Amino acid sequence: MPNIVPPAQAMGRRLPNLWDAVAFLCVLGFILALAHVTPDTFKPLDAPKALEIDLDPSNLPNYALRTTMRMFAALAASLLFTFTYAPLAAKSRRGRLVMVPLLDVLQSVPILGFLSFTTAFFMNLFPGKVTGLELAAIFAVFTSQAWNMAFSFYQSLTTLPPDLQEVTRSFRLTAWQRFWRLEVPFGMPGLVWNMMLSMSGGWFFVVAAEAITLGDHTWTLPGIGSYVSLALAKRDLGAVAWAILTMLAVILLYDQLLFRPLVAWSAKFRFEVVAGATAEDPWLLRLLRRTRVLRLVGGAVGDVLSRIGTLRLGGPGRAAAKPAAAAPSRTGDAVFAVLVGVVVLAALWKIVSYIAAADIGLLDLAEAVGLGCITMLRVMLLIALASLFWVPVGVWLGLRPAWSRRVQVVAQFLAAFPANLLFPIFVYVIVRFHLNSDIFLTPLMILGTQWYILFNVVAGASAFPGDLQEAAKNFRVRGWLWWRRVMLPGIFPFFVTGAITASGGSWNAAIVSEVASWGDDKLSAHGLGAYIAHATDAGDFPRIVLGVAIMSLFVVGINRVLWRPIYAYATRRLTL
Amino acid sequence: MDLAAAPLLEVKNCKQSYHKDSSADLLVLDNVNVSIASGEIVGLLGRSGSGKSTLLRIVAGLLTPTAGEVRWQGKPVSGPTPGVAMVFQSFALFPWLTVQENVELGLEAQGIAAAEREERGEAAIDLIGLGGYESAYPKELSGGMRQRVGLARALVVHPDLLLVDEPFSALDVLTAETLRTDLIDLWMEGKLPLKSVLIVTHNIEEAVLMCDRILVFSSNPGRVASELAVPFPHPRNRLDPAFRQMVDDIYALMTRRVPVPTHTAATAAAPAQDVTFATPLHPVSTNLLAGLIEALAAPPYDGRADLPALAGSLQLEADELLPLGEALQLLGLGLLEEGDIKLTDLGREFAHADTDARKVLFASALRAHVPLVAVIRRTLDERWNHRASAVRFRDELEDHMSPDYAEDTLRTAIAWGRYAELYEYDEEAAQFSLEEEDAAA
Repeated sequence: MPNIVPPAQAMGRRLPNLWDAVAFLCVLGFILALAHVTPDTFKPLDAPKALEIDLDPSNLPNYALRTTMRMFAALAASLLFTFTYAPLAAKSRRGRLVMVPLLDVLQSVPILGFLSFTTAFFMNLFPGKVTGLELAAIFAVFTSQAWNMAFSFYQSLTTLPPDLQEVTRSFRLTAWQRFWRLEVPFGMPGLVWNMMLSMSGGWFFVVAAEAITLGDHTWTLPGIGSYVSLALAKRDLGAVAWAILTMLAVILLYDQLLFRPLVAWSAKFRFEVVAGATAEDPWLLRLLRRTRVLRLVGGAVGDVLSRIGTLRLGGPGRAAAKPAAAAPSRTGDAVFAVLVGVVVLAALWKIVSYIAAADIGLLDLAEAVGLGCITMLRVMLLIALASLFWVPVGVWLGLRPAWSRRVQVVAQFLAAFPANLLFPIFVYVIVRFHLNSDIFLTPLMILGTQWYILFNVVAGASAFPGDLQEAAKNFRVRGWLWWRRVMLPGIFPFFVTGAITASGGSWNAAIVSEVASWGDDKLSAHGLGAYIAHATDAGDFPRIVLGVAIMSLFVVGINRVLWRPIYAYATRRLTL
Repeated sequence: MDLAAAPLLEVKNCKQSYHKDSSADLLVLDNVNVSIASGEIVGLLGRSGSGKSTLLRIVAGLLTPTAGEVRWQGKPVSGPTPGVAMVFQSFALFPWLTVQENVELGLEAQGIAAAEREERGEAAIDLIGLGGYESAYPKELSGGMRQRVGLARALVVHPDLLLVDEPFSALDVLTAETLRTDLIDLWMEGKLPLKSVLIVTHNIEEAVLMCDRILVFSSNPGRVASELAVPFPHPRNRLDPAFRQMVDDIYALMTRRVPVPTHTAATAAAPAQDVTFATPLHPVSTNLLAGLIEALAAPPYDGRADLPALAGSLQLEADELLPLGEALQLLGLGLLEEGDIKLTDLGREFAHADTDARKVLFASALRAHVPLVAVIRRTLDERWNHRASAVRFRDELEDHMSPDYAEDTLRTAIAWGRYAELYEYDEEAAQFSLEEEDAAA
């Protein structure tokens, strides 16, 4: 795979600054505002027939379809978000100050933690209707997809080649035309790649978001996730197996029908004048390009789209001739500062009054932080163990071209597979053999995310320059010296990218993996994920908020204190 | 030369072939014999893709030849040889190691103690003129300095034989020249801890300037076409008539059509006789071809030019000029003989024609002399939809040559055919098609 792009991250800034605090407070305030309208929506809903799940495997194709539709609805919403948020953030100097850290914090909030608020919120919007639940599930997936896509597009927008920008200005393209002619095509490879990562992550959340328990009530939206949770409640291992098979088929289809063609297609937007070596086109793309009828249809669609893209909307605006260095307006800055101040104060007031109203003491805080440390220990330990195993394997495979491409496909596939569907098998074993759940529930966190490490290490090793390998061979560098001086530094940037993704994913997975059940047997490990899950079960909003806030702080903190400096070091010192 | 009896290195009957499952093996190196004695600088001179870098890697023990053997001080070589160090065209410095650490790498691999490593590393760095840069990272250095690090890294292990792979081709002219003279000076002063040097290059002047002996390589498959001793003492003067004559002679050698032993006027007048469907084409841009024809037709050349002089005035390397000349010869627009290039009548006509007439002329030359282009056009004419997949032609080419050659050849056929407006090509679909007016006809 030549097109390995690290997942979009706001690199560059290192230590938390004032804007991070602003963004964090705003997010928390918003969540609380959502939560505030929720408590009285807890009246038991008359369970509509639409929410019944049947364990007969013949229903699975239907469920799979509904699950997939949710995924695509969320993807569409994420694209819309990306195309509005990123340009706003990139083009407005003031907007950027708030919007970029905001994205960064949103990226770190454990989505599954605030599932309960959003569900309550959307059900409140459409009382007594399935629509609310559907929207809640879609929103959960959206929140797992949107941020890194927006980040990727934002980064593309801020790195537009100046000569192309000048061309669009000199030909007086309108803002709308510039967007579709330059900005979107330029951002396309990164965006498609991040869409793929998002979709992979999304399956996990759509499965988790379909069966939502709030207090005493469980709502199950028809879908694979609900099917599995019912199978769990009924201790039906056969049904679990059927669900896993179905999911495998779904992901295989989505991979073949959508993403392979999309990635190959997006390669043509890569910004290089020299034609590089490209992988062979996937069969679907070949089909589309070769088949006359499909070509015609595709051409017609393309025509309409390009007409829309060339509409003279928006006017050339400032583009025509902008003064070299217009001093930023002082009053504008002042208004902006006041506005941000007001929002921050409002959020702060909301938080303080909420804490005052709820009976959360320092003891609760200490408990949550302590549990957070346990979960952090788990995540770190798992990343370390997975690295010890997958780095040598990945290097071995990556240096063998015949293997590396196949492995990459498989690893991508495994990363997309929602690992929570596999949890029941582990849980069954733990219950069966009375194993310690504090230890044996732990591997579940990394079940789905370890593939990112393998995937990236393979990519790194296969991209390792041939001349450096020859030089090492020529000077007969072998054994540990070879690992230390040659290979490990070479793959390190790739490894860090994989480890960041894996660590982020593992934190999210903690909420569903530290607690598990098999029929009436409830398993629970000590940790912040379990804390949030228990609070959700109990409908205890203050504690959910506390748990989510602490977890977000942990994730943001680890990112800033650990991963960012490592990543910055890796790109500064170790890239070729 | 009492050491000549026991050569440092011997390559005997070496063959390297590229294995392809669907057809016979494709030869990269054919029956190569090389021996290197102590105390000489040997040059391997050849065009890019002639297999000389492959031979260098075989000598280094990085590649195992398909047949034949390599003997190092009398013993067969299997794997990287301790007495051989290599300098890479791309420098191949580890970006995460400082200059000092890069240089010490080979010593570290030998398990030499840190103190001695440091001492020898510093000595090598000083010798090569990089003292003071020990703690710099390769990124901070210019290309010339990086290549100096590459040299120091190879010298520090005190190899008997230094292998140098196109060491100056990634550098600008001025930097390259300084490095060359520095290296020769060190060699003459006996400051290099070496017995012999083997340099791979495609730069004729560089070979004549530096080497005691030059092996001229022919392409496809690579074999040693001729061997020349360079009699001039160091330091050599590029402007010395004898030096110029030798460069001229080598140009003549390299433009000679090797597979045809009887190189008579008759065969030269009817070029491209031995061109088949599967003759590799060098990717030469039609713009450059037209430019060269115009330059040749105009004064001072008036239709005939001496290749080294032309290369000098057009600022082209032999490796760039020769494919151009060969393309002209292939198309019947020019002739290469005895180190000169001459325009044919057709070439003169081309020079004075306008754009459309040039295209017509080029098209007929292509159809007459380049079977691959002719076959593509004929296929398109015969098909009901006037379309054909490029994959098919590529597969056929790959039966006769390596995938890289096949790719280059196909690209060239596409570019030339497009210029001549013989067909259109859709890169996305990898498909040839006829232009609409042609298809209607």
